[in-house]
Amino acid sequence: MGEISTIHYLVVAAALFAIGTIGVLTRRNVVIILMSIELILNAVNLNLVAFSRMHGQLPGQVFSIFIITDAAAEAAVGLGILIAFFRNKETINADEVDLLKW
Amino acid sequence: MNPITNTDYVTILPELVLAAFGLIVMLVEPFVTKGGSRKPLGYLACLGALASLAATWYQAGSPYTQGFFKMVLVDHFSVFFHVVIALVLFVALLGSLDYVERQHIRAGEFYALMLFGAVGMDLMSSATELVLIFIALEISSISTYILAGMRRRVAISAEASLKYFLLGSFATGFFLYGVSLMFGATGTTSILAIGPQLHAGGFNPLVFAAVALMFVGLGFKIASAPFHVWTPDVYEGAPAPVVAFMSTAPKAAAFAVLLRVLFAAWTPGWFWPVWISAALSMTLGNIGALRQTNIKRMLAYSSIAHAGYLLVAFAASKAADTAGISAAIFYTAAYAAMNVGAFLVISHLAGEGERFVAIDDYAGLSRRQPAVAASLALLLLSLIGIPATGGFFAKFYVFSAALQANLVGLTILGLINSGIAAYYYLRVIVVMYMREHPAEHEHGHGAERITIPEGVALTLSVLATLYLGIMPNRVLQLAIEAAKDLLR
Repeated sequence: MGEISTIHYLVVAAALFAIGTIGVLTRRNVVIILMSIELILNAVNLNLVAFSRMHGQLPGQVFSIFIITDAAAEAAVGLGILIAFFRNKETINADEVDLLKW
Repeated sequence: MNPITNTDYVTILPELVLAAFGLIVMLVEPFVTKGGSRKPLGYLACLGALASLAATWYQAGSPYTQGFFKMVLVDHFSVFFHVVIALVLFVALLGSLDYVERQHIRAGEFYALMLFGAVGMDLMSSATELVLIFIALEISSISTYILAGMRRRVAISAEASLKYFLLGSFATGFFLYGVSLMFGATGTTSILAIGPQLHAGGFNPLVFAAVALMFVGLGFKIASAPFHVWTPDVYEGAPAPVVAFMSTAPKAAAFAVLLRVLFAAWTPGWFWPVWISAALSMTLGNIGALRQTNIKRMLAYSSIAHAGYLLVAFAASKAADTAGISAAIFYTAAYAAMNVGAFLVISHLAGEGERFVAIDDYAGLSRRQPAVAASLALLLLSLIGIPATGGFFAKFYVFSAALQANLVGLTILGLINSGIAAYYYLRVIVVMYMREHPAEHEHGHGAERITIPEGVALTLSVLATLYLGIMPNRVLQLAIEAAKDLLR
């Protein structure tokens, strides 16, 4: 077994990205869709940090800190919107997001 | 490391002004008398838009200045988009003054979010660093997610907001994954450094994946097919003045980012994705619009089609000349001018709770409100691309650039699509002028006169459309300057 190199991190990140994408496309609960989006963002973070180490360049790590911050802001707004939606429809099931033709 | 200097702050002056006005609006709101009119807040926000226009004017005196460690670049390109965004913001704010009161929307947050959104859009057009582009994109997107749900007691508005949010953050994820791969391939996140790096490095499959993923993310923001499914739903549910704003300004900004990523960094492998997306957007947009009975949905499909025409100009830019790029820049301005006006008419006529948004509600409008009907007719003719309107020259430059670049197939497809589009735009005009409304003599329907701010906003939009259609040279010249700066 060789040592763990950049490519291993990239494979893990790609797997996370795929799981997140599949989650967004197949899950029906809006909260789980939100979590799947977080998975995608974490895949990006892993990629950036791994590349950052590979190149010996800091921007990647700084970028991932920005993404973490933004993910928090996005989650706050997303849950707020979800609550506004829930008050109108009493559901968080994506299949029932159907007043407008989907 | 060098300290941040005063000139650095000048490079983000319009953004600073907008952010300051946004904060002031929020701080002042509690002091406005309870139950009183919230219009002063709206006028304050309008003042902010004008102040950012003045700040942009000040910047235009010294073009091509870099700031904040080369993260921000003020050039003719960014100035052009700043002006478009500031004008759209001003017109949309004027048009929402009465709407906000009519729909009982929380005014302080509404105006502040419009201003904050514009901060993000301005930054998108002047950023030359992928980190900043991402942050700017998020400032703009998150503001518009909330704005879409501003009528929060109305189920369809909350639903539009939720859909926009979910698909929007999904698209941002794709964009970011593309950015991370681009960083992996080049070791830098600066757009100006990526170009030379790519040419030195030779073939790298990562770059192609990166460009494709970034195009998916931005394709969502510009509502181009096949990433357009959210558009009709969100435009139908969101408040009409917000749609006037978000169908033009964030789109212009996203096109600016796309131009920078594709052409300033000179990335490879974008031609066929753009070609296919252009063809799909024009076709699906126009065919989708044919069978709509709701005017907001119809214009949503029309905006997908217009994103397609714009992408034709992108595809025409493969020879690294300025014809295609300047055509695209001109198109964003012309499209902004006509579309913002069309949605303001909708917002004026929608009435309390947005009840009147079916095309049939426009029957007999020419008798009830002749001036409004004439303005909408002119804007719709411009969206078709009839000569003497901005839409004509926008399409003309795009298709002549496409022909120069030998894109005969795409040009023919575009012209056929323009023909199809004429049908559904003209249908609205026919309904307005040749049909009588059954409830015409009833009291209360469509009896509201257009108010002064709405009238001014609509007039500005009509004048801009006519100006671009009769004297396009000045703006085209600015667009060419912008394209030259982009390729520098």
